[in-house]
Amino acid sequence: MTTENLIWLIPLPPLLAFFLIILFTNRNKALSHSIAVGSALLSWLGSMIVFIQALRVHELGSHPFASSIDWIPTADTWLKIGILVDPFTTVTLFFVAWTVLMIFLYSVGYHNFGQPKGDHDVPGLPPHGATVDEHGHKHHVPSIEPMYSRFFAFIGLFAFGMYTLVVSDNLLTLFVGWEIMGLCSYLLIGFWYAKESARDAAIKAFMTTRVGDVFMLLGIAFLYSATGTLSYREIFTEEVLHTLATVPTGVFGLTAAGLIGLLLFIGAVGKSAQFPLHVWLPDAMEGPTPVSAMIHAATMVSAGVYMVIRMFPLISAGWLEGQPLNPTMTVIAFIGAFTALFAATIAVAQNDIKRVLAYSTISQLGYMMAALGIGAYVAASFHLVTHAFFKALLFLGSGSVIHGMEHGVLHTGEHVDPQNMFNMGGLRKKMPITFWTFLIGGFALSGFPLITAGFWSKDEILADAFGHGQLPVFITLALAAFLTAFYTMRQITLTFLGEPRTKSAEHAQETKWTMTTPLVILSIFAIGYGWVGIPEQFPLLGAISSNWFHEFVGSTLAEIPEALEFSIIPLLTSLLVALGGLFFGWLAYRGIHTAEQDRLQIGVLKNKWYIDEIYNFLFIKPSIWFAEKFTYLFLDKGVIDGILHTFGRVTGTVGHALRNYIDKPVINEFFGDGSAHATQWFGRNLRPIQTGRIQQYMVLTLFFLFLVGGALLFFFRQIGLL
Amino acid sequence: MIPISWYLTLSAALFSIGLFGVLTRRNAIAILLGIELMLNAVNVNLAAFWRYGDVNQITGQIFAIIVFAVAAAEVAVGLALVISVYRKKNTVIAEEIDLMKW
Repeated sequence: MTTENLIWLIPLPPLLAFFLIILFTNRNKALSHSIAVGSALLSWLGSMIVFIQALRVHELGSHPFASSIDWIPTADTWLKIGILVDPFTTVTLFFVAWTVLMIFLYSVGYHNFGQPKGDHDVPGLPPHGATVDEHGHKHHVPSIEPMYSRFFAFIGLFAFGMYTLVVSDNLLTLFVGWEIMGLCSYLLIGFWYAKESARDAAIKAFMTTRVGDVFMLLGIAFLYSATGTLSYREIFTEEVLHTLATVPTGVFGLTAAGLIGLLLFIGAVGKSAQFPLHVWLPDAMEGPTPVSAMIHAATMVSAGVYMVIRMFPLISAGWLEGQPLNPTMTVIAFIGAFTALFAATIAVAQNDIKRVLAYSTISQLGYMMAALGIGAYVAASFHLVTHAFFKALLFLGSGSVIHGMEHGVLHTGEHVDPQNMFNMGGLRKKMPITFWTFLIGGFALSGFPLITAGFWSKDEILADAFGHGQLPVFITLALAAFLTAFYTMRQITLTFLGEPRTKSAEHAQETKWTMTTPLVILSIFAIGYGWVGIPEQFPLLGAISSNWFHEFVGSTLAEIPEALEFSIIPLLTSLLVALGGLFFGWLAYRGIHTAEQDRLQIGVLKNKWYIDEIYNFLFIKPSIWFAEKFTYLFLDKGVIDGILHTFGRVTGTVGHALRNYIDKPVINEFFGDGSAHATQWFGRNLRPIQTGRIQQYMVLTLFFLFLVGGALLFFFRQIGLL
Repeated sequence: MIPISWYLTLSAALFSIGLFGVLTRRNAIAILLGIELMLNAVNVNLAAFWRYGDVNQITGQIFAIIVFAVAAAEVAVGLALVISVYRKKNTVIAEEIDLMKW
């Protein structure tokens, strides 16, 4: 089998698993998860083979694996479906395959496979736990998820969407995968649909991303009408890009390339939860934790950044390194940097362990966008990959923590929120594997120097911002990095360090191997993946590494970006903010026992800068008012119903008149009954003629014969025939 | 040669006598006799027109023969009916045979 054919097959196993589970095996939990994990394993295997093959190709950037076939006929050409694996796809495929497989495996443990059925569990609600009789006394233990198989079917479809998006060679199939993930995120965020908050969150996520998707579709349509193709390889040629970069559109003075890039970027703003469409992501924490990891690390939010990075040649068309940014890039850099800092400030005041991570995701995605906006293509790709690993690790770790806490809650019968960090503390002793892996993930997120992957990618972004002279971006990102380190350490301190603050935390328990194995594997990547991208001019370490990532991914572009001159200022800055943030985080929270003692629980941060409230006031309230007062009461009930009722009344009157004045007297009585009566009358009155006397008939016959004969004679005489 | 109008006058007289008999007699057998007279008036007409037309064409004679045959058959059936009715109702008066009247 050629590598191209193998790439075609990569997305299919999870889709097959989805249909198998939905159609046949949904009653058998063990079979369902075996199929799902097996399919993820197959896709992983395929991805790894492709990865290794890609590494062996000389100059993959100019000779990528590509193949395509005709798909949808248009007037005189075809929309194609195809695959493309270039260096950037290769690294994306690598992290997608790993994180998807780890999340699938983790889900088995997370949904309590092997545990008894719950006492009061119903589909649509998280499992409440079961009572078991052991050695004569009763225990409360976690119970298995009632809709276990359904979950695996959905994440299978989700994985299919991501793989399709990654390997596709054109924007159309990318958009198909994009929307499949939109649907799956809706289904999975609302997985526990009996909870009102989960339902609302699912709808919110779907609607918010839809706003972005509409713009993205506009961008795709514009691109197609401008170039007649959606295939990357055909768009990213010098002539096409040059044309697009010179054609003015008349919208804000943008060129065609700029406008298309901006529209596509708005799509990514929705998908990757950038300000101002970030509001859905924190609420998406209502879903099961593997879903949070799936959405926030491996797939959906990465897809937005992936698409923008993929479209970088278009977005940056007409821009040369060292020149001022073009308008679209300025917008991207601004939104990205602003989101990075904005989300970081919110994360500082959140108490839910998953919500902190949600905001940190938004913040880190802002980082990538900002990097791309200032033209740091490789740095953005690098951070995308490292972030996927350590964020998947952190989410799975937080799921493990919650799971351990739930065990404690069930054991003690306490009524505490197992996700609130102020109910935790001291978990390092109870859950050592989770602690160490979470620590690695947290340090990677903070950019702990030298050993973690997050340091190298974040440092590269800061170095690029500084090196390209984008000082405002540099300062904003540095501030965001400081806050990131601060709230990460706050989270680690509150969760794992100190002494247990509740009984549940005292009785928390380490989770099963299906959950801890993925943590360990991901933590290896959270450290090790950084080493492939150490800048060559870095003191000491640069000498022994070759910055493979920069050369490999950089070759995706037509012109490989120059490696930056080494500068001590960004390095010192990133060292300072990472270590300083971690230190202050530990210092401020080591002695805190309750939420009241936390002095950063400021209203404006706690309430996420009131963005939800502002949206509620600006959009939701007016639309509800509009729907209620205008559409329902005025338009529907007043105008449309009014017209309909008038029609009803008019036709009723007409019908009544027709019935009373035409149907009943004329048709029924005159024609209907009348003809019957006339026939009857004639019959009765003509009866006496029928005497039965043949001679009488004959006389009459003769009489009429003479009469008619005479008349005919007279008639023919008159007209002259006789 | 006798002019054709004489034949036609004879035939018309014969036909009218027959018709009068049919219309006025009450006895069914007498009515049948009237019908025979009318048929034979027709035959006279046919023979006369043949003689004064194209003699080589014998259609007039053939028509007359067919009329004989039909008349014979009709009388046979008619008399049989009359006998049958007589046996049932003991009468041959036409207006007393009124089974079909309402």
